[in-house]
Amino acid sequence: MTTQVQETSVTTQTVVDAPADHAFRVFTEGIGSWWNPDHHILQAELAEMVFEPRVGGHIIDRGTDGSECRWARVLAYDPPHRVSFSWDISLQWQLETDPAKASEIEVTFTEEGPARTRVVLTHRHLDRHGEGWEAMRDAVGSGWTLDRFAEVAAQH
Amino acid sequence: MTNHGAVLTALADPTRRAIFERLARSPSAVGELARELPVSRPAVSQHLKVLKSAGLVTDHADGTRHIYSVDSSGVGAIRDYFERFWQQSLARFQAVASQPTREDR
Repeated sequence: MTTQVQETSVTTQTVVDAPADHAFRVFTEGIGSWWNPDHHILQAELAEMVFEPRVGGHIIDRGTDGSECRWARVLAYDPPHRVSFSWDISLQWQLETDPAKASEIEVTFTEEGPARTRVVLTHRHLDRHGEGWEAMRDAVGSGWTLDRFAEVAAQH
Repeated sequence: MTNHGAVLTALADPTRRAIFERLARSPSAVGELARELPVSRPAVSQHLKVLKSAGLVTDHADGTRHIYSVDSSGVGAIRDYFERFWQQSLARFQAVASQPTREDR
């Protein structure tokens, strides 16, 4: 797994031992099977995740208290090759209602063998989250990122 | 030092965001930016000054011209966060997706 960083986007890729249609299905419909359950912005615990498999659909987090959070809009849905969705979460970890301030994620699935698929994920337009820089820095809160942040800041 | 308050202010302005996003696509001189965007040359210069002091863009001399580009360390904190976030997430995804169910075999 390697990561490549460009101006305002991040690209990460991995190879899974499965055909593309399986990888695509696990990534989309099966999102709840691999998504870190700590990564949500509900008040309650995360009960389930729903990926609506169509353009215009949403990725929905449902809480154990019945609450719901539609944190992504499905922008492209082209099984088993490509899926794209928005990241409608601000750097203050609130639902972002302004699409102009949302970043975007694109994932491609390229079959390299009968049971081998390269999955490339690009999260772009990260600068659209510009407002809230300090909140992000504080929210991240881990030594690794803060160390890196200090390193970056020290260059200026 | 990067001034975080300055970063907030710099990117809160729609024109500066447009300039910043334009520079993210390709480094440019002031004149090119003024031609492409509905902003006067002096205004572009002023916006670049703000972006530069916020640590978001950087410039270097190319003959008599100053070429501005996105300072890749300027959005570094956000990128670092998401880089790590997606590495961890894709590692989980890979572990799950690489165990095909029986009907896939």
